[in-house]
Amino acid sequence: MQREITVRVDGTARPLTVDTRTTLLDALRERLGITSPKKGCDHGQCGACTVLSGGRRVLSCLTLAVTQDGAEVVTAEGLAPGAAGAGQQLEGGLHPVQRAFVDCDALQCGYCTPGQVVSAVGALDEFAAGWPSAVTEGPGAPGLDRAEVAERMSGNLCRCAAYVNIVTAVLRAATSLPAGPTAGKEVDG
Amino acid sequence: MTFPSEPEAVGRDLPRRDGAVKVLGTATYAYETPLANAAYLHAVQATIARGRVTALDTAAAEALDGVVAVLTPGNAERLASTEDRELAVLQGEEVAFRGQVVALVVADSSEVARHGAALVRVEYAQQPHDAELRADREDLYAPESVNPDLPTDTSEGDVDAALAAAEVSVEETYTTAMYHNNPLEPHATAALWDPAGEGFLTLWDSTQGVHPTRTALASVFGLDEAQLRVVCPYVGGGFGSKGQPHVNVVLAAMAARAVPGRPVRLALTRQQMFSLTGYRTPTIQRCRLGADRDGTITAIAVDVVELTSRIKEFAEQSGVPARMMYASPNRSTTHRLAALDVPVPSWMRAPGECPGMFGPEVAMDELAERLGLDPVELRIRNEPAVEPGSGKPFSSRNLVGCLREGAVRFGWAERDPRPGVRRRGDWLVGTGVAASTYPVSRMPKSTATIRREGERYAVEIGAADLGTGTWTTLAQIAADALGVTVALVDVRIGDTDYPMASVAGGSSGMTTWGSAVVEAAGAFRAKYGSEPPDGAEASGSVQPADDRHAMHAFGAQFAEAHVHLDTGEVRVPRLLGVFAAGRIINPRTARSQFIGGMTMGLSMALHEQSVLDPRTGHVVNHDLAGYHITANADVGAIEAYWLAEDDPHVNAMGSKGIGEIGIVGTAAAVSNAVWHACGVRVRDLPITLDKVLHALEERPRH
Repeated sequence: MQREITVRVDGTARPLTVDTRTTLLDALRERLGITSPKKGCDHGQCGACTVLSGGRRVLSCLTLAVTQDGAEVVTAEGLAPGAAGAGQQLEGGLHPVQRAFVDCDALQCGYCTPGQVVSAVGALDEFAAGWPSAVTEGPGAPGLDRAEVAERMSGNLCRCAAYVNIVTAVLRAATSLPAGPTAGKEVDG
Repeated sequence: MTFPSEPEAVGRDLPRRDGAVKVLGTATYAYETPLANAAYLHAVQATIARGRVTALDTAAAEALDGVVAVLTPGNAERLASTEDRELAVLQGEEVAFRGQVVALVVADSSEVARHGAALVRVEYAQQPHDAELRADREDLYAPESVNPDLPTDTSEGDVDAALAAAEVSVEETYTTAMYHNNPLEPHATAALWDPAGEGFLTLWDSTQGVHPTRTALASVFGLDEAQLRVVCPYVGGGFGSKGQPHVNVVLAAMAARAVPGRPVRLALTRQQMFSLTGYRTPTIQRCRLGADRDGTITAIAVDVVELTSRIKEFAEQSGVPARMMYASPNRSTTHRLAALDVPVPSWMRAPGECPGMFGPEVAMDELAERLGLDPVELRIRNEPAVEPGSGKPFSSRNLVGCLREGAVRFGWAERDPRPGVRRRGDWLVGTGVAASTYPVSRMPKSTATIRREGERYAVEIGAADLGTGTWTTLAQIAADALGVTVALVDVRIGDTDYPMASVAGGSSGMTTWGSAVVEAAGAFRAKYGSEPPDGAEASGSVQPADDRHAMHAFGAQFAEAHVHLDTGEVRVPRLLGVFAAGRIINPRTARSQFIGGMTMGLSMALHEQSVLDPRTGHVVNHDLAGYHITANADVGAIEAYWLAEDDPHVNAMGSKGIGEIGIVGTAAAVSNAVWHACGVRVRDLPITLDKVLHALEERPRH
């Protein structure tokens, strides 16, 4: 069965006809050619397909496209206004979380990265709204530390295992504080 | 060719050049190649582990609106070469493992392709299969060699006599699990067959080597290499599984040739990857160590039993690191395989060294325990003067430096050697150490071309960047080899239109491609001097390696483990590694390689295990919910350091490969730390709570 829907993706209205079985992820990647969200597992197990819908992070592989008629969807490509097509321009067009990911080398192969970045933006909003996580202790607003970030980012797998740098990047983006060292170190043996 | 002894660009902490396109998601991976009117593919897999397909009913699939074709052994093209039986897909009715591809649906959308695949009816004549690896099988055999072309067995002196005479000995069996590489980007290929003239095939494939893939596919399809182009600017991880072409490439090419002029796309599902894209064999390692009372090792013996598939042999060289790590006058290593009705095993990060440094490095800890000697000191005491076996001098060997530096940084000196005596809240706390090593490899062939383009310099080579940093590090090497600033150098990789490059495997990339770039720069300067005109161009190729030295990288890994008193849960809040790997090209991307490898080693220690049910030949936990890899919250502090190491023998840059050594030894360090925490020797990976719980139950609670 086909349905006509319109989804706003990265600020642009995108009318399209979808098979009702089509996921938001496949609609973006295979119908609209928007390949910033990645397919790693198609089962909601890896987080590579994470996008914002209505400002909240969702797994686009577990979201049917027909449910997104009229929704405001943001991918990593559209996080920073004017970012699309930024290409190699490091100085312009990156969201602070993206800038921090590059600065902290919080990526290697890059396949999970758009999902990580979007997830971090969503997680920081959830944190700012005072949402607790599984590691938040006691009542009151949670503090932002490595354990909180690691917990909140654990829905996004990274097989290259840039995790320690991802946590540093998210903290750096959130707090603008100098984070830990990002370059490795030669030592006197 | 010379390289500056004090380079400007090499050694600099530069951000990776592909960072921006990767954080935006605009880097184009294989499946994402913009191709108009593409058809989509979905594979039908065998549901038996051994037998024959007796009937294939494709009528319902073909009747489905949007299905373009259904390829089966009955109508698929005959391949020119079926020598590689893994790649000989749809060539006959025989089923050699569960999950083997028996049909392929081509359709206008991915949903229809998948639906069509579900409608294909397959009937089988099932035969009894055998998918169980055991060390006591009677049909174990010795392969002719082990990966890549090393002796299957070695023997020096008299191990049995030395063990009988040893004052202290260890004789234990250790096992590592079956592991699947699981790069986050599934194996994917887009393909287009242009039928004009003799025909031309373009493959956009997620691969660790565009040229090796082209060579393999040209052979399979009987094409001239000039009729094939393979493109891969970005690889979403591989860890070895994209080092050699798997069946997805052949299927995509076959489908493209069945619909000439129309592009096709195939991405294997995560579940399909567990039977079609390689994996690491489980290993059973019998390790024997003998020593004098003072800790001098007198015998080392490692006997490894592994599996391979019945249709294609892969013999993982897990006994190999024991051949050169420590001095001993008596030594033997063996490899035996069981050929089973299972999917084809292949390369996974540090084949050989990764599993092969688990058993021996836990055994070293057990020997230290029995000797009452510090495990760092035991290793230092058995440093060989030359490489055991070959007798060659090491080009550089700084294992001792890594151990000493790591011990200082980790705070090893205050360690109480007794197991099970430190408690912090509800957790028992322990620390452990293990050594790492990985050989320095150079592939025989790779060529780079350097061209002046206006004020800039373009470096072209068909190399790969699977997250390793090649886009950035090759520019650094070229800049120094040319004597120009790195900002003036453009790197172009991942396309067979560029000069031939070897596979990104065996941590050989920088040594091989970097050497080709240095040779090209030398030829370029020799030809044009310091004022090359626009369009000036020269090429250079990697030269044979120094064969007078034994060349290896080394490292020491330290782990802190916590074991929960009530649940047996194991957590690793801290890993620290110190490596000696020659000159580091880029400290930022290098650190990512080390910590990434160490984290994957942590994953191996605690989480990863493909559970193959011998009754069905099926990996039952075939997705990322069932096959656990470390998630962010599983990882604590991970520190990686390296020693300054000046090695003039390895290559012009003085660098050793660093993509794999980080995973070597980690699991042993964690196991040793778990023993120190709770007193249980876990010799079978992964270290799950059921393996330590019995000891906790017997423990007084307060």
